[in-house]
Amino acid sequence: MNKVVNGADEAIHDIKDGMTLMLGGFGMCGLPEKCIAALVKKGTKNLTCISNNAGVDDFGIGLMLKQRQVKKMISSYVGENAEFERQLLSGELEVELIPQGTLATRCMAAGYGMPAIFTPAGIGTEVAIGKEVRNFNGKDYLMEMAFEADFAIVKAWKGDRLGNLVYRATARNFNAVMAMAGKITIAEVEELVEPGELDPDHIHTPGIYVHRIFQGENYEKRIEQRTVRKKQ
Amino acid sequence: MLTKEDIAKRIAREIKDGYYVNLGIGIPTLVANYIPTGVDVILQSENGLLGMGPFPFEGEEDADLINAGKQTITMLPGSAVFDSAMSFGMIRAKKVNLTILGAMEVSENGDIANWKIPGKMVKGMGGAMDLVASADNIIVAMQHVNKAGESKLLPACTLPLTGVKCVKKIVTELAVLDVLPEGGFKLLERAPGVSVEEIKAATAGKLIIEGEIPEMVF
Repeated sequence: MNKVVNGADEAIHDIKDGMTLMLGGFGMCGLPEKCIAALVKKGTKNLTCISNNAGVDDFGIGLMLKQRQVKKMISSYVGENAEFERQLLSGELEVELIPQGTLATRCMAAGYGMPAIFTPAGIGTEVAIGKEVRNFNGKDYLMEMAFEADFAIVKAWKGDRLGNLVYRATARNFNAVMAMAGKITIAEVEELVEPGELDPDHIHTPGIYVHRIFQGENYEKRIEQRTVRKKQ
Repeated sequence: MLTKEDIAKRIAREIKDGYYVNLGIGIPTLVANYIPTGVDVILQSENGLLGMGPFPFEGEEDADLINAGKQTITMLPGSAVFDSAMSFGMIRAKKVNLTILGAMEVSENGDIANWKIPGKMVKGMGGAMDLVASADNIIVAMQHVNKAGESKLLPACTLPLTGVKCVKKIVTELAVLDVLPEGGFKLLERAPGVSVEEIKAATAGKLIIEGEIPEMVF
């Protein structure tokens, strides 16, 4: 078995106009930047993107927004992006804002083969409008459906050619749950290793969930808010 | 009147040894600076970390290591990393003992509005709706009145809600108040030099005053 593809262009070659994509990362952290760059180059349009954030103006999904490749964003927080704001206010871009835990758990449900979840998040708010409410043990919960995505695109630290993935620090975030949730999952990694090099006890995403993998070169790994303290 | 740092300092006194705590963006983040010595707490960052430490030293920033405000941070010894689904799993399952967050409005029955102002750019609720829907112990750090001088402690919220009947305690620049289960803001403490009358004037919702109201101690 060999899931290795020859770079981002090959990995995304069959992503078509109008498809639904999951894109891992939290802000710029753990962002699949090579596949996003390839999608920008390819110019695929009318995409529905499920991603916690919408990038900044000149990096991440912001690059796809700039080229009007995104029809709809499904996110929990979309600040820090002037072009996004312009498209939203002008009605060019559709946006669905959903609670972050609901977003993550709807991905998880897809990867666990469950059609829906029940969560208290959003009860009594406009998020609940039109959704089924069930009461369990005296508390109300919203029914939220598992996501369906044509592709999930994630970034990991290391992976092998069987698709086993290991993430690093908080770059795991949405990557590990989205990796389980795509009809086809593409993983870009900083380091591609041989099977056996990753400790089976330390695998975060088992390769069965991953269909394509490649090693990206020269990751920019941009920092959104550089906060430091002075050495004493 | 309290500064933002004073509000953070006062809230820090609510943190008990052994707590797992989630701090929101803004004043809540400052609370980490005032946790009393001898009180051992573990900070949860909802992007997937338990054991959040201070900002890194200059030159040691790591793009893979951020908090939910997307700031570079460090991990303390004994930290644990997990994915976003598990992060909200532990929040939903009430494993996090205390949640501290900011608000635009709080109502006298404990409703909170902190994510959306109609007509203005909506950035999203992030993890706030999940946190307020699940946490048993929510403290709000906020200004008592808005920039127009209008009370933010109301009979009912006017802005779109983040969650209902969830806020337990509020610390503002003027006062510490409990939100009673049956409704109403119970005045517990005054900021140094602030009179009960001033607090009354700044509170639009039902204010409950019983006996002498002591000044805050830090």
